[in-house]
Order: sequence, then structure tokens, then C-alpha cells
Amino acid sequence: MTYTTLSLTLLFVLIPLVLSKTLKLGLQKDTAIATIRSIIQLLAVGYLLKFVFDAQSFIYIVLMISLMILTATLNARKKGKAIKGITWKLALTLIIVESVTQGILLGFKIVPATAQYIIPISGMLIGNSMVLSILFLNRFTAEIESSRDQIELILSLGGTPKQAVQRQLLNAIRASMIPTIESQKTIGLVQLPGMMSGQIIGGADPVQAVKFQLLIIFALLTTAALSSVLVGFLSYPTLFNERMQLIKHSAT
Amino acid sequence: MKHTYTSAIRFENISLEMGKSPILANISGSFYKGKITTLVGPSGAGKSTLLKMCNALITPTSGEIFIESTPIDSVHPTVLRKNIGIVLQNAPFIHGTVYENIALPSTLQGKEFTEKEAVLFLEVVGLDHTFLYRQAEDLSGGQKQKISIARSLVNKPKILLLDEITSALDPASVSEIEQLISRINKESGVTIIWITHNIEQAKRLGDFTWIMMEGKLLESGHSSILSTSVKEQVQLFTKGVHNK
Repeated sequence: MTYTTLSLTLLFVLIPLVLSKTLKLGLQKDTAIATIRSIIQLLAVGYLLKFVFDAQSFIYIVLMISLMILTATLNARKKGKAIKGITWKLALTLIIVESVTQGILLGFKIVPATAQYIIPISGMLIGNSMVLSILFLNRFTAEIESSRDQIELILSLGGTPKQAVQRQLLNAIRASMIPTIESQKTIGLVQLPGMMSGQIIGGADPVQAVKFQLLIIFALLTTAALSSVLVGFLSYPTLFNERMQLIKHSAT
Repeated sequence: MKHTYTSAIRFENISLEMGKSPILANISGSFYKGKITTLVGPSGAGKSTLLKMCNALITPTSGEIFIESTPIDSVHPTVLRKNIGIVLQNAPFIHGTVYENIALPSTLQGKEFTEKEAVLFLEVVGLDHTFLYRQAEDLSGGQKQKISIARSLVNKPKILLLDEITSALDPASVSEIEQLISRINKESGVTIIWITHNIEQAKRLGDFTWIMMEGKLLESGHSSILSTSVKEQVQLFTKGVHNK
């Protein structure tokens, strides 16, 4: 696709801008900022990826993945500010998720150990892990706040902090995993996944594209389970002090 | 004849500050073993805070609490909380049946708790086996409080802390709960610490009474001896002068 052809796609930006102005939705500024940011960010990533792919250096791959983990951590931590040490807990979760998934993919030689495979797959998995962590933190903090009485009841009967928040912890893990599982039930029926569509448009064999998509959705299941479980089990102890007391306003 | 009493819980200059405002200020005194002590005072007096300190749900910012003669900080919280039960005003439940709720103290310790045992505890609080598989949250206020009391007894506590457990109940249920607590105290020798807004109830049930206001212990002593000054305090409460 040439830049001239690409510029014609700006018509798709023009339509919402006109609608927003006509209907007084007040979204023109946000739409314009989003468009400009996406152009700059994606072009920058495109050139960066081209440089990394050409260099084929392991250090650049590690640097790219570190950047992804750092950005995802900084984004997700906003939802868990009340949880002590949430930044390192999220970073550790993302590192473990990335290590386990890539360990399986590369260890069993499911994909070649090249930047072209490692970086895009890492991006999808880390991005999904970040969304899952945000979903988990949103639900977990809400659950804790709405059930402080039950948590204190279990502590008062001689229960441990883990026993006191077990129901809230499992509810939040379940709730954050459900969207991933549900979306996989209708995959291919309602919409074709982005990566698969991209490969098909790029001229790849559809069956080959489906195989790669399956690889990704299976890996996403592990990502979903590991992210919420790790963030959950790393977070809940910080809601309590050493005397097994629920810290006031610990999850608000 | 002079009586000597043994401390079940002793406070030494207990204070609690949250931010700049004091919640409790220099509380000293004892709750006596095997006796019923009632705590009266308006909302915001610090009664519930003091009660929660007794089973380490809250820690004072200064001062010391002794369980008999042992500093509270040297007792592991789970051990302490098994020995000192608490029943709260709103009677919180875990989602589930009466049986699941009564069995909770045992299941938390990984112990088996049979239906037969649950029925025994139901009978202690004047309920029968037909309640066993009813949803705890569907019960009336009085029944909920009885289940809460039954549940707190499963750990066989030496001390029972009661936080305004009759404040939302009808007169018939209040009378039933009062008789039940008196019976538990007399038959099992369990030390009772009972928070109430009702001064008549405090006098009627308590061997000893503490009057608290604005985080301070105004008076404490034998309920019968305190009666005159208690009445004066009640008048202040009912006028709402000190209510927060």
C-alpha cells in the first residue's frame, strides 16, 4: 500500500468528525488527537520494528519486550494504586507471563526464535495480560470494598487473611478471565481475529493464518489465567497488616 | 465483704488516633473474668473501637492491652480470636445456609463439623434443626443474631464481645437474647462485654458498667453503684448534646 492510498483512508476519520460536529457530540478534538497519535505511534513502531528485524540482535528483542512490559505496567498500575507495591507486582506478573508463554513457544520450537515472531506475539500477550490485570484490579478492589463486613467476620472467627478474602479473590479472578474465554467461543463466527485477517490480507494461506491464530488464542488462555492469579495472589497480602487486620481504606 | 475480681482483659492508657482526631484517649481499666460488663455511651464514644481492640481487629496507637496477664501483642491473632468471640450489630453472614455459617469457625480451621453438632448449637440459642438449611440472609433480625451468637460459640470462647446486638430488634427478641446471654454467662462462665445504647439494659444485665463519651471513659464500676450518675449521663445522651 502506498502512502497516497493510505491517505485516502483518512476519509474514515472525516466521517466521524462530520457526524460529531453535526450532532454536537463534542468528540472532534479527541478524534483528531487519537488519529494523530495513532499515525505517529504506529509509524514509529513500524520503523523501529524494521530496524530490530534487520538487526536480528537478541539485545534489541529484549529491549523491545522490556519497553512493552514497562508501558503495560505503568498503564495498569493506575487501577491498583491503593495496593502497596502494585508496580513491581504487575511488572513481575508480566515478566512471568512473557517468560512462561515464550518459554513454551520457543522451547518446543513452535515458532522460530526470530524477532519477526517473538516481538508481535509478545505484544499481543503482554497487551492482553495488561487488560486482564486492569479487569482484575477493578473487580478485586470493588469486591473488597463491598464486603469489608464479611472479611472482618472471618478474621474475627480466627480465619487467616487468605481465608478472609478467598471468595473476593476467586470472584475477581473468574470475572477477569471470563471475557477471554467467552470471546474464544464465538471466534471466527462473529468476526475474524485481527492477526488472522492481517495475514490473509497480506496474502498468506488462510489455513496457515488460522493455525497461527489458534496458537495465539491458546496462549491467551494461559496469559489470562496466569495474569489474574499472579496479580491476585501477590496483591491480597498487602491489604492486611502483620496483626492480620484489614487495613482501613486499603482498597478504595 | 470485699470481693476480689480477676481481670479477663486489662487496658493500660489505651489511646487511638486517626489523623489528628483522637478516637480513644487514655482508657485504663479491667473487664472481669466471668462477669458481664456493659459499655454505654452515645455514637462516636469509641465503644466499638475498644471492643474490636479486644480481639485485635484494631491496634491502639499507644498503651497496652493484657489478656489476663499476657500482653495482647504476644498472642497470635488467630489464637486470640478463637478465644475471644465477637458478635457484631449488623450480624454479617457468608453467603449460604445457616449450617454453613455455624460451621464456619470449624471449616476455617480445616475441621469437620457435623449437622448434629450444628443442631446442638442451634438448640443452645433456642432454634431447632428446621433452620439448618435455610439461607442465613433470609432470616429475621432476631434469628440472625441468634445464629451469630451460635456461630461465635463454636470456637468455645472464654470471652464474648457483643456490639449492640439488640439495637435493631423488637422487644420480644431483645428479651430472648438477653436471657440467652445471661444463661451463657452463668452456665459456661463466659466473660461478656456488651455494648448497648440502652441504659436500662446496661443496668439490668451488667455486673459492671463503663460509661464512655467522646473517646473517654467517664466512669466505671458496679452497675448498681453507678445508677445515679448513669441516669445523669443518659439525660445528656438523649438531649443529643454529645451525639455526633
